Amino acid sequence: MLQMPLDLFYIAKKDLLEFIRDRTRLVTFIIMPIFMLVMVGFIFPSQSSIKNINIGVANQDGAIGTKLVTVIDQLEITAGTKAFKVKYYSNIPQMKNAIRSQQINGGIFIPSDLNKDLTSDQQANVTIVQDQSNPQVAALATETLQTVIENFGQSISAPKIGVLLEKTTGKSSNNAIQAILNPIESTLTGLFAGKTNYFEFVAPGIMAMVVLTAVLTGLGASVSRERETGTLDGILIAPVSRISIILGKAMAQSVRGLIQGIIVLLLAVVFFGVTIHGNVLLLLLILLLGIFSFVGLGILISASAAEQETATQLLFMFQFPMMFLSGVFFPIQQMPVAMQDISKVIPLTYAIEAMRKVMILGGGLAAVRTDILILLAFGAVMLAIAVPVFKKMITN
Amino acid sequence: MAENIIEVKNLTKKFKDFAAVNNISFDVSKGEIFGFLGPNGAGKSTTIRMLTTLLMPTSGSALVAGVDIVKKQTEVRKHIGLVAEKIILYNHLTAMENLEFFGKLNHMPKELIHQRSNKWLPRLGMKSWVDTTVGAFSTGMKQRVNIVRALLTEPDILFLDEPTLGLDPQTTFMIRTFMQELNSQNVTIVLTTHDMIEADALCNRVAIIDHGKIAALDNIENLKRKVTNKTNPTMEDVFLSVTGTEVRDAPGSAKLETGHHGPFGRGSDQERVR
Repeated sequence: MLQMPLDLFYIAKKDLLEFIRDRTRLVTFIIMPIFMLVMVGFIFPSQSSIKNINIGVANQDGAIGTKLVTVIDQLEITAGTKAFKVKYYSNIPQMKNAIRSQQINGGIFIPSDLNKDLTSDQQANVTIVQDQSNPQVAALATETLQTVIENFGQSISAPKIGVLLEKTTGKSSNNAIQAILNPIESTLTGLFAGKTNYFEFVAPGIMAMVVLTAVLTGLGASVSRERETGTLDGILIAPVSRISIILGKAMAQSVRGLIQGIIVLLLAVVFFGVTIHGNVLLLLLILLLGIFSFVGLGILISASAAEQETATQLLFMFQFPMMFLSGVFFPIQQMPVAMQDISKVIPLTYAIEAMRKVMILGGGLAAVRTDILILLAFGAVMLAIAVPVFKKMITN
Repeated sequence: MAENIIEVKNLTKKFKDFAAVNNISFDVSKGEIFGFLGPNGAGKSTTIRMLTTLLMPTSGSALVAGVDIVKKQTEVRKHIGLVAEKIILYNHLTAMENLEFFGKLNHMPKELIHQRSNKWLPRLGMKSWVDTTVGAFSTGMKQRVNIVRALLTEPDILFLDEPTLGLDPQTTFMIRTFMQELNSQNVTIVLTTHDMIEADALCNRVAIIDHGKIAALDNIENLKRKVTNKTNPTMEDVFLSVTGTEVRDAPGSAKLETGHHGPFGRGSDQERVR
């Protein structure tokens, strides 16, 4: 009985030694998470995407319009970083053409009667022109422009309200003016100080996805490679149980997965400013359980695919739906109900959910208990199915 | 009469409707070099894979070293060594790391692995290469270490599936001489080969398998005597008279081959199965 864990260990050790010696695989192993993080970190829009966005301005009014344009032009996201880069046009069609040729990502039209409306107690109107080819940037730009216009409008109404207050109550204060302009002010608070950005949302998902797909690919490829080269026969002919062979291979992949997870975590923290609010060890435990929940599927794939190529194709079949349905990039709650149901049978969903709870919300063991139990159950059931299949397939 | 170390009775292996090995029976005596010849796809490797517990027979039975190959696979494995058609070594590991790995899987203590490696490696001219990664070796060097790997457990029976395929004459000569040396130390050898000179030089008895059935089984002299149309028949004459001169399309290997080397494998009869 003691022999089984020993055999398992020898196989895992050999697999890891082979892996460390294979420079190509080693480089891919390190490059892959870096690549994924850089892609997601820099390409997906976040707060920092509002930076030097090209905005067109068609100002048909005089001084008041110029004032608004100056506010837009001077708006800084952080000290020294401007939100917009203003380009001037004379009318809406010109701005639309500029959007079409991607010279600007949106525009604002200030009509000639803005000042007239403002001074004759009429509600004035400015038009925001959106770049519909880029909804995310358009949404961020529009939101920012709307806030700017709203604040600008309030800065115009404030002195008028002051005068009215003076007339009706005989006194006026900034607080009283604000109470009329903004009777209810909302305060934002979270579990932690500071804003979260999209990257913080996506980092746990990327970590889980990179690791779990690497484990799946690794396990499938590891068995099929040994089959193709013939070395599997050498293992099979030894008096070693089939379970220790596949579990040894799974163990090697798990160690690799954990190391890769740590790389992702370090990169996210050091280069992308992600803060881990919860316990790092708990995070790694969840990752390990995530791997465990995937091992069975990996074994099934490796048992059914005689060649590396087939294994890879099978993996792609699983990888893509998993990537989009498990909430790596978008919250599951945003998906249609039917899709949400599918996501519930993917273990990756629970691994990501638990990792987010720990990383972003600082959740402890109690917060992720259900996810952990589900991952354990997934792993146990899949292994119970996969190991006998593997045993059968391997000796045909 | 020598005691039988392998007893095969009505052994059959079917892949769906195709019988790769069809109801064959033969015995191998202890201490002999038994040749297993046949055209591509005839069923040689399938038989070897069944006898080495790598493949489950569809029906029939076989005792290897007195142990049932279906009921007591682990026990069978303790008595056998295999030099398969493909070299069973990891390219990224050194020769010694490979030997240590396979030795440990056979539950051998490290000292014993080193002791036996040091016994066989110098004999096959590989002593100074123990710490070199196998990937840097030539095919001949790999095969020599591969043979040492198969001998680590000092098996009673050594299965050799085309051990000299693609090797230079020097290495081939070294391996053949070594096989005879091993045999003189009472190791039973089951050898499959397409090299008729090799079969002639080494084997005490030969079974010729064709279309999954044993077409001839006897010692070399008797087999040659049966060739009547030649004055001094060679083993090649024996082989062709038994199996004919028609080139085989080896339909079996088309079904069995899962690799992407064309429908009939790589020109040799490796019945690769999952």
